[in-house]
Amino acid sequence: MSAVLVFFESLSEQLTTSQQELLTLAGTLGDVHVVTGTEGAAAAEVVTVQSVESVYSGETEILAPDPALVDLLETAVQETSASVILSPDTADATDALARLAVRLDTGIITDAVGIDAQRRVTKSVLAGSYTTTAQVDEGRPLVATVKPNSVQASIVAGHPPEVVSLPVGPSLTADGAANGGVEVLERTPLEASERPALTEARVVVAGGRGVDGNFGPLEELADELGAAVGASRAATDAGWIDHAAQVGQTGVTVSPQLYVSAGISGAIQQRAGMQTAQTIVAINKDEDAPVFEIADFGVVGDLFEVVPQIVEELRRRKA
Amino acid sequence: MPESAAGTPLHIITLVKWVPDSQLERRFTEERRIDRSEGILSELDEYPLEAALQIKEAADREVRVSALTVGPAGAATAAKKALQIGADDAFLLSDDSLVGADLAGTSTALAAAIEHVRADGDTDGEHLVITGMASEDGESGAVPAQLAERLGLNLVTQATALSLEEGRLVVTRASATEQQRLAAALPAVVSVTDQANDPRYPNFKAIMAAKKKPLTSWSLADVGLGAAAVASKATVLTTDARPPRTAGEIITDEGDAGLKIVEFLAKERVL
Ligand SMILES: Cc1cc2nc3c(=O)[nH]c(=O)nc-3n(C[C@H](O)[C@H](O)[C@H](O)COP(=O)(O)OP(=O)(O)OC[C@H]3O[C@@H](n4cnc5c(N)ncnc54)[C@H](O)[C@@H]3O)c2cc1C
Repeated sequence: MSAVLVFFESLSEQLTTSQQELLTLAGTLGDVHVVTGTEGAAAAEVVTVQSVESVYSGETEILAPDPALVDLLETAVQETSASVILSPDTADATDALARLAVRLDTGIITDAVGIDAQRRVTKSVLAGSYTTTAQVDEGRPLVATVKPNSVQASIVAGHPPEVVSLPVGPSLTADGAANGGVEVLERTPLEASERPALTEARVVVAGGRGVDGNFGPLEELADELGAAVGASRAATDAGWIDHAAQVGQTGVTVSPQLYVSAGISGAIQQRAGMQTAQTIVAINKDEDAPVFEIADFGVVGDLFEVVPQIVEELRRRKA
Repeated sequence: MPESAAGTPLHIITLVKWVPDSQLERRFTEERRIDRSEGILSELDEYPLEAALQIKEAADREVRVSALTVGPAGAATAAKKALQIGADDAFLLSDDSLVGADLAGTSTALAAAIEHVRADGDTDGEHLVITGMASEDGESGAVPAQLAERLGLNLVTQATALSLEEGRLVVTRASATEQQRLAAALPAVVSVTDQANDPRYPNFKAIMAAKKKPLTSWSLADVGLGAAAVASKATVLTTDARPPRTAGEIITDEGDAGLKIVEFLAKERVL
């Protein structure tokens, strides 16, 4: 079987759902090897999963956006002779894989939602209006980033994978910029939310300019539904909610089972990030709002009346 | 500011792309290529232009801002728009061999064009390449990293704020889990998001002034490449239009819309 290399820029104590999905997809394509910036033994503990044979890492931890991650990847490709190299579609992983593709003189396909045994890659393009398949030329390795929610995660605990330490160390140094390179001046962790991650959530409740600074009712609804909270750019630009919550062309793309859109007009850039949701419910005061063109169920009304009533009814049914 | 940086001219090359207008219907042709018969300057490329102009306006050294685009002949309109917004000069690389180019082909062509612009009479200056976060049609965001790799330049992507401080580029960016502040020595490639600034609109005076600014057109051979160098490594096999989403039931709230939504969710089994 051919080797598939999966790149996780870093691993925390547990695999996220999308990391599990990626390992599941990789398992359908060949023998799976993981390469990561996280230190080897710690990484191996996290990916003790049946399909994973080995974990490749550097001599010490290597943190994105360190270009040493590309050296690590390149060395791991040589070691495994991998014909498929996959990563999540984060910015840092895309940067690393894009560079790797140049070094391997091969093609890269980003934002895949599926890859079959013939290495045909499916993706959704032009704001979700087309589905395309593409293939990297035969004889060249396939390099691809994969979107969350594309495959059903199904992994089984296994033996700890073999840990292989490669002779690569971090290259970002404290005086990097003075020596002609790049230097990290400051790292601030983004606040982790108690709610499910936006890109992985089964349900997303999103608010726009219509919430007028008050996400309270939407957060209550999200709590009832076990949902993540999303937002339009108008709401993130206004500073009512963190930019990380932005759904759309320049925010995140979500494909949940249910997307509740409240006080969002539904501009094309917003729709680009949510119109592959299975079911869309929209609440908007304006009956001409474009979001109603794609909603499965739409309510012309005031979100401050409608949303609390949904919450109340859900609580009543639960009681 | 170190002596070297203060006196050295800076040349900022901003990459701009001519793309189908996302407000209109976009489609693939029978050859499985995006229909590029009409287009606009990608909105996402107004942010790098603005970033370049702000750096120029804040600098106490000579700064030249060039706009560079690779695309069909029509892409000249994107280059002209960039001149109206404020670029000093513009370059258009256009060649039949580039039709339908993939990421590898596009970044190879751009890299050669950038080297050509850099060699274009200002070898003594410092260089900075600024790009948008992604193209509005391909949306991969992979070109900046491929350029940095091909040109051997420093790379910082997804900048939400950037400035030149003491001759180096200081950038704020967000990764999946943290916010970072980075410093990069020039020459560098930096991609900027739509969070980075508020792009300006060209006024009448700027539109008139743009008519006098130079726009240079190149073929692949002009930048020293043959067709084989930009051959695609990935091929599009199929393009299927998704059935457009159709509107479902729309009701007007009569005091019970919340209940109706819950009924709908229960019926759809999404609760
Ligand atoms: C390059 C570029 C990238 C962009 N990227 C994104 C992106 O990633 N994501 C994104 O969302 N946008 C993006 N945009 C912006 C996008 O074009 C829209 O401007 C934005 O989505 C509008 O947000 P909104 O619908 O919340 O606000 P508006 O368009 O102002 O709509 C607010 C809506 O709320 C309704 N409303 C008001 N009060 C209430 C109430 N009490 N109850 C119910 N309804 C009410 C109004 O009827 C209105 O329809 C981008 C734009 C550009 C140019």
